Amino acid sequence: MIALAVPFAFGCIALALALNLLRLFRGPSLGDRIVALDTMVINVIGLIVLIGIAAANDTYFEAGLLLATVGFVSTVAYCKFVLRGDIVE
Amino acid sequence: MGFIIELLIAALIVIGGAFALIGSWGLVRLPTLMERLHGPTKATTLGLGGLLVASVLFFQLGEGVWSAHELLITLFLFITAPISANMIAKVHLHRRRAGFVGEPESMAGIPPRPGGDGDWATFEAPRRGTPAATSEF
Repeated sequence: MIALAVPFAFGCIALALALNLLRLFRGPSLGDRIVALDTMVINVIGLIVLIGIAAANDTYFEAGLLLATVGFVSTVAYCKFVLRGDIVE
Repeated sequence: MGFIIELLIAALIVIGGAFALIGSWGLVRLPTLMERLHGPTKATTLGLGGLLVASVLFFQLGEGVWSAHELLITLFLFITAPISANMIAKVHLHRRRAGFVGEPESMAGIPPRPGGDGDWATFEAPRRGTPAATSEF
């Protein structure tokens, strides 16, 4: 049953990434692009978790944790840059 | 692995994938940025939580390996998702005040000004006379 559920979730997340990419290109404002990038990072973490389940290998979670950290820091840095014109003052 | 456990894990995986898709659909479909923020910050985070719980159960009950990495990701993500949403909302308020955003306002409108002589602190920490946006210098 897991063998059926994992491809379904792969498809869902692939479609979600395509929708995020659409929002990333369409904009219209800068905030939309930041939201789209943040959502793409979260979806890719989900993809990594799914790959870990499909391969029955728990090494992939290091990558997921790293990506969660880097994604959050990059979102905040981007927002800070838009707000202040500088990241580290 | 028992049938019930496998059913539970499969259901959590399906729910997680579906919620991630719903969040992104909301991101594309909703009309303004303040509404579009709801999809990723709530639905997508919930979907990823479902996937991570499925992963914990899979490795705990299926493989017999205790792994806490997923719980770390869950904790980190559930802490950081509201913070990044708050930052993006501040960017939106800031750019709207500075006149960079031309999209029509939603039915709910922008958040009202807080009471007193304060304003939304998008530019720096609030104090008396803080400019709310770069254009008000």
